[in-house]
Amino acid sequence: MALLVDKLRPRSLDALTYHPELSDRLRSLAQSGDFPHLLVYGPSGAGKKTRIIATLKELYGPGVEKIKIDARVFQTTSNRKLEFNIVSSVYHMEITPADVGNYDRVVIQELLKEVAQTQQVDLSAKQRFKIVVINEADHLTRDAQAALRRTMEKYSPNLRLILLANSTSNIIAPIRSRTLLVRVAAPTEKDICSALRIAAKREGWTEADGLNKRIAKESGRNLRRALLMFESIYAQNEKVTDTSPIPPPDWEALIQVTADEILKDRSPASLLQVRTRLYDLLTHCIPPTTVLKTLTFKLVARVDDALKPEVIKWSAFYEHRIKLGSKVIFHLEAFVAKFMRIYETYLMGMMEF
Amino acid sequence: MASTFFNNKARAAAVSSSSKAKTETKEDTTRQQPWVEKYRPKTLDDVAAQDHTTKVLQRTLQASNLPHMLFYGPPGTGKTSTILALAKSLFGPALYRSRILELNASDERGIGIVRDKVKNFARAQLSQPTGLDAAYLAQHPCPPFKIIILDEADSMTQDAQSALRRTMETYSRITRFCLVCNYVTRIIEPLASRCSKFRFKSLDNSAAGVRLDNIARMENLKLEDGVVETLIRCGEGDLRRAITYLQSAARLAGATKTGGKDADADEDAEMTDAGADQGIITVRSIEEIAGVIPEPILDSLVQAMQPKGGASAFDAVSTVVTDLVADGWSATQLVGQLYRRVVFTETIPDIQKNKIVLAFSEMDKRLVDGADEHLSVLDLTLRIAGILRG
Repeated sequence: MALLVDKLRPRSLDALTYHPELSDRLRSLAQSGDFPHLLVYGPSGAGKKTRIIATLKELYGPGVEKIKIDARVFQTTSNRKLEFNIVSSVYHMEITPADVGNYDRVVIQELLKEVAQTQQVDLSAKQRFKIVVINEADHLTRDAQAALRRTMEKYSPNLRLILLANSTSNIIAPIRSRTLLVRVAAPTEKDICSALRIAAKREGWTEADGLNKRIAKESGRNLRRALLMFESIYAQNEKVTDTSPIPPPDWEALIQVTADEILKDRSPASLLQVRTRLYDLLTHCIPPTTVLKTLTFKLVARVDDALKPEVIKWSAFYEHRIKLGSKVIFHLEAFVAKFMRIYETYLMGMMEF
Repeated sequence: MASTFFNNKARAAAVSSSSKAKTETKEDTTRQQPWVEKYRPKTLDDVAAQDHTTKVLQRTLQASNLPHMLFYGPPGTGKTSTILALAKSLFGPALYRSRILELNASDERGIGIVRDKVKNFARAQLSQPTGLDAAYLAQHPCPPFKIIILDEADSMTQDAQSALRRTMETYSRITRFCLVCNYVTRIIEPLASRCSKFRFKSLDNSAAGVRLDNIARMENLKLEDGVVETLIRCGEGDLRRAITYLQSAARLAGATKTGGKDADADEDAEMTDAGADQGIITVRSIEEIAGVIPEPILDSLVQAMQPKGGASAFDAVSTVVTDLVADGWSATQLVGQLYRRVVFTETIPDIQKNKIVLAFSEMDKRLVDGADEHLSVLDLTLRIAGILRG
């Protein structure tokens, strides 16, 4: 049994429920025969990937849905072997070069050259070029991006690239200027409500508009998350009403508990306890940025207005440190300690900032 | 006889759909060429708005002697175009291949390549021009040296650069080097002192405008009023970027047009004049392509940052920022636009501006390091709000 997210994923441009003008634009690009390199960016859960898959289908017909997974082995200059997974159909190929970390340049160079140098042999194919979809393009190293830029120009008859990224900040300017930027905004809460309503209808579940609204609000305009929440509520409750509680994901619940502890007791002992919780989160592969961000917003909601900018300031500061440093736990702990300190100072009325 | 045969064949082909496909592919190849390449200046005179440099180079062209050169300046100001145009007019099509070696950052350019490929090319004896008539020589001076163009030289490693320096001197009889880079400070001193330097300044608006107008006319584009100004503004002195934006916009406008035509052709074969409703390029479409955040959104953010009585600005700012991030606007773009907005606001006293700019600088560094956009932007806006409150 597939999850709702996968089962109800729209397969064609017509089936997409929101951003109609964007779908129209993609359709006309696909039909025009002159398809540029694309750089699709937007927050997660906004439907970037779904739109791209639908566009590919518009370009090549249903053939793109027959996908297979290959494992390829690449050899780096220092003779290290890299295993790399490629999802491909006859017409397109999907890669996540960030998987191989610093060696992504090797993969990009070898793989793209190989694709670019082979002509489309299938005469019935609608397009002469093959499309390579690169996931998480904003995690590519500078070297890999520099290697991309020449490839994009040199092999443009046989190859089109679609880059997917969460933000364009980490994409170097030469790449940005060579691609057509497509912004996919997150769906509004109204869009999410209507999507949930459609999902409920398709599944034959009872509708609860109030609940839909609450889910939309809770999900932070992330449709994937909204659908997962929606499904879990229906799975847990026999009868769903407008007031059914929305169970938060367990990691979020844990962070909530942590936040409560921090606020209740500000002492080295409690810091020690928080540390074990943070370790727990990290060993369950919750990204440190997510941990810090969620914790910050939970804390900010509970402190006085005057303190909020200060908390955000330090949170941003330590988040930056996390990105630069190598040992994540130091910076998370430092943030907690810092927060305890400013909160304590504030409570004791010795504000100096 | 033969002509009718071919005619018949052509006619038969025209009946089937294959001819349509052929003309389409031909159209494709011309259309697929980036306009940046298509409208690259062919001669030195075409290079826009670098009068000083082109004048000096014209003179060297007449004297048929060239120093080693170092071109530097911001991107999209015509450095590569200038050297390519110069090389073309020096050697012409017949000798271009044998006399020019062009290497850029995407080619492997470590110390090995410098020692091997560059040195070999620099060392090779000149191929004598044979079979060139007097007219050709009158047009192209064909001086007795080769040119090695190292594009984006600032991304070469220090080692590779120092390996170059002796090579440059030893073979200066038959080889000239031209280094092209953005930051002259990244070129090691021994190399820089061996070259005569040319600075390319940012394009002024009129020159860029003329060029964009030209391209629009040649491509038969319909532009809304103010599109050229928007392009120049979004390009920020980078003509290449402005041209790419123009092409993308034309694609979108044109794509909707051809898309409509195809659909119509299927339903109604007699509908032929699709050119009548050609897409018009609007200011908004350019801004969307460039990722510029619309003014109203920025207004609401600035509004939220204004001090309001005793209440903290936190809630107002946080709502706007959350929406901004969810809408996918790029944080770098936001920081840039907000900066311009704040710095040019007359009502903010200078002492506050000083502090605000400090916050901007720190945030820019964080974003480059890949810090989380939501937190960074929130921090920045809250700090500004705090400073504005005094």
